[in-house]
Amino acid sequence: MITAAFANQIINLFAAVMLLLAFAMLAQRRVLSLIDLFAMQGLVLTLSTGFVAYTTGQTHLWFSAGITFALKVVLLPWILYRLIRQLDVKWDVEGLINIPTTMLIGIVLVILSFNVALPISQIAGTITKGTLGIALASVLLAFLMMITRSKAVPQVIGFLAMENGLFFAATAATYGMPMVVELGIALDVLVGVVILGVFFFQIRERFDSLDIRHLEKLKEE
Amino acid sequence: MSPEILAVLGIPLAGGAVLALFGHWKRAAEINIAFSSATFVAAAALVVRVVDRGPFASFENQLFVDALNVFLVALTAFVAMTTSIFSRPYMRIEQEHGKLTVARLRLYHSMYQLFSFTMLLVLLSNNLGVTWVATEAATLTTVLLVSLYRTPASLEAAWKYFILCGVGIAQALFGTILVYLAAGKVLGSGMDALLWTELAQVRGSLEPTVMSIAFVFLLVGYGTKVGLVPLHNWLPDAHAEGPTPVSAVLSGLLLNVALYALVRFKVLADGALGAEFASRLLMGFGILSVAVAAFFLSRQRDIKRMFAYSSIEHMGLITFAFGIGSPVAAFAGLLHMTVHSLTKSAIFFAVGHAAQKTGTQVMEDIRGLVKVSPTVGWGLILGTVAILGMPPFGVFASEFLILTTAMREQPWATPILLVSLGVAFAAVFGKVQPMVFGETTAKRLPHPPALVPVFLHLALALMLGLYIPPYLASWYREAARLIG
Repeated sequence: MITAAFANQIINLFAAVMLLLAFAMLAQRRVLSLIDLFAMQGLVLTLSTGFVAYTTGQTHLWFSAGITFALKVVLLPWILYRLIRQLDVKWDVEGLINIPTTMLIGIVLVILSFNVALPISQIAGTITKGTLGIALASVLLAFLMMITRSKAVPQVIGFLAMENGLFFAATAATYGMPMVVELGIALDVLVGVVILGVFFFQIRERFDSLDIRHLEKLKEE
Repeated sequence: MSPEILAVLGIPLAGGAVLALFGHWKRAAEINIAFSSATFVAAAALVVRVVDRGPFASFENQLFVDALNVFLVALTAFVAMTTSIFSRPYMRIEQEHGKLTVARLRLYHSMYQLFSFTMLLVLLSNNLGVTWVATEAATLTTVLLVSLYRTPASLEAAWKYFILCGVGIAQALFGTILVYLAAGKVLGSGMDALLWTELAQVRGSLEPTVMSIAFVFLLVGYGTKVGLVPLHNWLPDAHAEGPTPVSAVLSGLLLNVALYALVRFKVLADGALGAEFASRLLMGFGILSVAVAAFFLSRQRDIKRMFAYSSIEHMGLITFAFGIGSPVAAFAGLLHMTVHSLTKSAIFFAVGHAAQKTGTQVMEDIRGLVKVSPTVGWGLILGTVAILGMPPFGVFASEFLILTTAMREQPWATPILLVSLGVAFAAVFGKVQPMVFGETTAKRLPHPPALVPVFLHLALALMLGLYIPPYLASWYREAARLIG
């Protein structure tokens, strides 16, 4: 049996890796590496959920870990890889973002999240409660990534990374949502990615590019 | 297990599957109408049962019906039915104009049914997690409908819609997680802690700090879908670029449904925090939406965009009314939800045919509708007068109630509301009047337009302005008591 203090350390380690990966995604400019980072985040999520399931004996978390692994480590990266191959945008490198500035904003967001999460985590009764701040930070960092990117695929990866953060938050605060809800969310994410896949082809067909700066015509005059 | 609830949810779900297979058939539009009408019949049966026996829960308490959601279920099923009737000739004309292929019509019909299903699920779900899942699913089903024409503008609108609503609704998920956390302290973890009926009973003992943070996230999340300023950016684009039946259901139904979800959480937040906190936030966002949308109205050139801003204005007004929180205000808010939904979808029906006749959505190029097609012209002008709050239509009654309640309880807000409504009136009426009267060169349409839904909706809105049947009034009162 693992002692509580040791379990806590392991969970914090996973949380730290999550945050690190969130920053890495913020800084990454190549689309394929971004997908790899996303898959790695999914793997960390699976491991940490599995670990929490093991230490607390919450059996439904094993299922969550399983779904996370199937969806976020295997299925979604595979779909994204396939999409990128079919759309032939491997060379898609973005050059227009100022990464150091983005990172600084990211740090501010992390501090903010810790402040917001503090009163909440004092109430939570889970062994993972200390990581709630990091979970919220990953959500906001993914949000920041969506704002700063001008290509469609990185925006979608940001969207998915945000969902990762939310999932992490759910595990941290309450040992995960009830099974029905978690399955529903997984289904939504999957359908969402499939729809976006269809959508990419439509955008590409119309504009010959996946640069969403083409999609800025609709404005108030 | 209640057969009525099963039918209300099962019919559109089955419709989605059937039309995914046969949506390209010649008679697909009629099948679509059949499913929507059957859903409405089921909803009517559900209403009868609730009136008879009072609120009840079903399916292991996962679904429930009370005075508040049953009236929205009936409204949603009704407008979904009339919109499907309108969509039959409308989409046929679009197809003949070469804007649509048969394959896309299949997508359209199937998604239309699934969209009805997701909205009804949001309304009937007792599980707040499932409410979230269904709201997100409602976005997903409509994204491809907004981009149905595959024009650059419609793709952009759909992309914006997906990303903004997706991000917004993600905030709502975080809020839901926090509510679950607060509930877990009282109810223990597990399924029950997300059931609204359970939560409503213990709302007084939910942890206030967590609930306040949760409500802010929920407001941002569901508020994005309601189209509250400053989270409204997706709304005018999605309404203007999608096919008109989709604009009608987005505006008339989806916004209501999102607001409904928010109101459910407001009830919980009020219990935990006292009425002040959530009320102030709702009133603030509401009045900002009314004011900003009213001033944007005069700057629009596209007719569907203009009426999209008008929807933002009205949703703001309803949000404000729920924010006041007194039973009278909540009553007015519910009445306004009903009449706005009926009137706005009627306007979109008329606008759709007007745009088809003239081949443009630019208001300056649409002239003299009364001469080409008196029914479309009269439908549009009557709908406009109704939505602008002229007596004797129902919007007048509800706006009057909201304003007088605001005067008594929140006097600071009254001047802002009055000025905004005045500005909106000047902007919209000034633009619609020459479109309806004036000279024209427009041609006739290949199919007779479906105008029965337009006048049916307007007649109902008129009736609600003159006379609210006693059972409906008592029903609104009961729903208002739930909110207040």
